[in-house]
Amino acid sequence: MADDTRKSGPNTRLAAPGSHAEERNYGVAGIIEALGRKVYNLFFGLGRFTVFLGQVIRNIPRRPIRWRLLWEQVERIGVQSVPIIAMSSAAIGMIFALQLTMLMAMFQAESMVGAAVGLTLARELAPVVTSLMLIAKNGSAMTAELGTMRVTEQLDAMQTMAVDPVHYLVTPRLVASVITFPILTGMANVVGLVGSYIVAVGMLRVDPGGFFNQLYGLVTPTDVYSGLIKAAVMGFMMTVICSYYGFHSGRGAKGVGQSSTQAVVTSSVGILIADYIMADLMLKLLY
Amino acid sequence: MDDFLTVNDLWKSFGADHILRGVNISFDEGAVTSIIGQSGTGKSVLIKNIIGVLEPDRGDILFRGESMVNAEPAKRDEMRRHFGYLFQDSALFDSMTVAENIAFPLVEGRGEKDRDRIAKMVQEKLEWIGLPHEADSYPAELSGGMRKRVGLARTLAVEPDVLLFDEPTTGLDPVLAATINDLITRVNEEFGITCILITHDIQATFRISDYIGFLYDGQIQAQGRPDELSKTDHPILRKFISNSFSELEV
Repeated sequence: MADDTRKSGPNTRLAAPGSHAEERNYGVAGIIEALGRKVYNLFFGLGRFTVFLGQVIRNIPRRPIRWRLLWEQVERIGVQSVPIIAMSSAAIGMIFALQLTMLMAMFQAESMVGAAVGLTLARELAPVVTSLMLIAKNGSAMTAELGTMRVTEQLDAMQTMAVDPVHYLVTPRLVASVITFPILTGMANVVGLVGSYIVAVGMLRVDPGGFFNQLYGLVTPTDVYSGLIKAAVMGFMMTVICSYYGFHSGRGAKGVGQSSTQAVVTSSVGILIADYIMADLMLKLLY
Repeated sequence: MDDFLTVNDLWKSFGADHILRGVNISFDEGAVTSIIGQSGTGKSVLIKNIIGVLEPDRGDILFRGESMVNAEPAKRDEMRRHFGYLFQDSALFDSMTVAENIAFPLVEGRGEKDRDRIAKMVQEKLEWIGLPHEADSYPAELSGGMRKRVGLARTLAVEPDVLLFDEPTTGLDPVLAATINDLITRVNEEFGITCILITHDIQATFRISDYIGFLYDGQIQAQGRPDELSKTDHPILRKFISNSFSELEV
């Protein structure tokens, strides 16, 4: 049986007639070509994402407001996430209290634990960990649902009925995320502090008066608001990124699966980068 | 042919693949027109361009003399409301019931809020397609043929002027395929809706169509009434027709 490909030079392989393999160059030119293709794909993807972002933003103020869909998403993204956010924030508060109490005991500053946990939660941990948990829980589901709708032509069907799929599907999710992310972050602050109190005061015998005095003295409303603003921005980012991957999902189950994975990874990395940028800006502007 | 719906010099490519290369075809109002051709010649691409799911690279589509391609988005949406599209796999919304699917274009596309009117319309359409008791079922609970009929009911909800069918009988058994073809004929005769079909069912095409267009090599190579096309000199079309009808003899 003849080989499926034939060589025409030291660095090229051509496909057999009638097959569909591309001509590939495996030498220096091939490396440059591959690099160029990656750069092209990167800019193509960025351009396509920018167009999608523009569609999302343009649709935010459009009528009609689909209240039923909005409340469904608030329930799905917000209410149904309360248990997981409560558990994770309690765990973080407890772990931090344990580690910080041990550390601060070396300087006889155990009473600072409340303030340290409160500040860390309010400014960073509550918005970031809440957002990461919501990306894992809701972001992947969002991408999979929209991706499945893409590959089964449901999005095209909507378009044929003169219903904008971005306005119908993405806008309620976006508004719901911007509303629920800060609320869940606020809840994470409280539950995390309760967890830290249980460990620090209840188990490690930190003075409760000192715990609360330092907490109220050092944690300001600005710290809390900055965390809530970050959460709202992260909610916006998650929805746009996960919806984008869903709308542009590849064909079949494999394509939808790949899109879900990419959406979670890109959203997670994106919010961490955004967190740094926002932290830097807020430290300069608010403090 | 009148100027009800006209495709002028339509071009569409995907990368280096030039699928449509100057398609010219007109559709008469109130007629059933089928587009036939070999697999992969761009029949679905053509009707997706007509409905606006795809945008042409070049050319125009005129509906009642007005350009759909160059229209403003709001105007294009308004024109699109005169069209319905039955997807090959029905494309029902799987998170909604059958009733919600049928009501969707009326509620979301037209903004209808009268619940009684919506419920009445849904029940009428369910009875028309022969599924009066499936209102609360979900698409996953239906057979392929039932999903196809619900998809048809959904397209009829807003009483369109034009219905496009993307391979409506593909994958169905002969009895069910005949049922769908009969429904298409009824849609045309009872409601006067202009029907445009993409189909591989050549025998049914010749039976139910008023006009047939043959798409080959990116262009409409032949167009006319079934009896005219059956006498065509076009070698590819002759072979296409003779192969399709010789299967019946076997």
